[in-house]
Amino acid sequence: MGRKGIETLVGVFVLLGLIAVVFLALKAANLASFSTGPTYAITARFDNIGGLKVRAPVKSAGVTVGRVTGIALDPQSYQGRVTMELDAGVKFPADTSAKILTSGLLGDQYIGLEPGGSDKSLEAGSQIRMTQSAVVLENLIGQFLYNRAAEGGDKK
Amino acid sequence: MTASDALPALGRRALDLLQRLGHSAFFFLDLLRNAPAALRRFYLVIAQVHAIGNYSLVIIAASGLAVGFVLALQGYYTLSRYGAAESLGLLVALSLVRELGPVVTGLLFAGRAGTSLTAEIGLMKAGEQLAAMEMMAVDPKSRVLAPRFVAGAISMPLLAAIFSAVGILGGYVVGVLMIGIDPGAFWSQMQSGVDVWDDVGNGIIKSVVFGVACTFIALYQGYEAEATPEGVSQATTRTVVISSLAVLGLDFVLTALMFSTPR
Repeated sequence: MGRKGIETLVGVFVLLGLIAVVFLALKAANLASFSTGPTYAITARFDNIGGLKVRAPVKSAGVTVGRVTGIALDPQSYQGRVTMELDAGVKFPADTSAKILTSGLLGDQYIGLEPGGSDKSLEAGSQIRMTQSAVVLENLIGQFLYNRAAEGGDKK
Repeated sequence: MTASDALPALGRRALDLLQRLGHSAFFFLDLLRNAPAALRRFYLVIAQVHAIGNYSLVIIAASGLAVGFVLALQGYYTLSRYGAAESLGLLVALSLVRELGPVVTGLLFAGRAGTSLTAEIGLMKAGEQLAAMEMMAVDPKSRVLAPRFVAGAISMPLLAAIFSAVGILGGYVVGVLMIGIDPGAFWSQMQSGVDVWDDVGNGIIKSVVFGVACTFIALYQGYEAEATPEGVSQATTRTVVISSLAVLGLDFVLTALMFSTPR
């Protein structure tokens, strides 16, 4: 086999390898879902962020409109300060509220945005005022037990 | 043997070991130094990629397919108990991209390509071809060893990527076509859970490291083989044993560095 033949075969091999890498990046991983367009950052404070993680999706009406880019504890209020990047193409009213929701019973947590009715829209760097914390199962169970105990006390 | 004999023997072994380690380290540096020269004569590298990569393609693809099949079957068995069978795609993809792709490819690479490199170099040495090259003022390290080293480092990540991709397709065949998981859930769970840089990227870094390590070990064993039939056969065996252990050990270290901190 001449040099040309070997080079062709090696070319086929390298091409297969590159196709495999592209397949892994696009079909198996989430490269395609990264929005490459411009974004703007907003923040929100939550009393409890639960299991929210960096890179968790930000959704509105179930549609992903951005990602969480930073989570930090606010040293003054002891609240969790969540920074998120939203697609520049989507503008939300200034009185939009944010909730930490869970996809399914055991799924990952994400931020749900519910638009308000204000005429002004959220600018880069602005903060969402109305927030609802993550539901912490232990707190729920504790509350439930407490209520049951209180009911039981009433009956006697 | 008295204590006065045992102590020097122990010291001698330790010094021997150190000497061999240092020797192999200098050999590695030599290979690295000669790699740019090999890249300048790229047709040598291409011939070696053909010998190392192309001929390993079939066994890598077949193993990847088999591993994907089995992963999907076993994963479904466990996941369906928890009603999470839809996550099968995620399980198969993460296992392959993070661990099984690089590691199994590394083991197969050591067995398929590493042994042939060791035997080839060992026989060249036994036939005094390397000595003849030196006589002609051709450095065998830059003419013979470096192209093979570069070719191994190039081939291995490509083979690992092919392994993972074929394995995921195998998981798709078993999970979606045979078991009947929803194809949309299969892919979307996978895409939401597999990260391009953290998972795919680190997997590729792993496979590059394994490729460099396996090729280096194979070349070193071949180059240092005793120039007899038994010497070459022993060197070939050592290549497989040391490469496999190196892949597994390095994999633990790399995994600990890359994936031990959940975010």
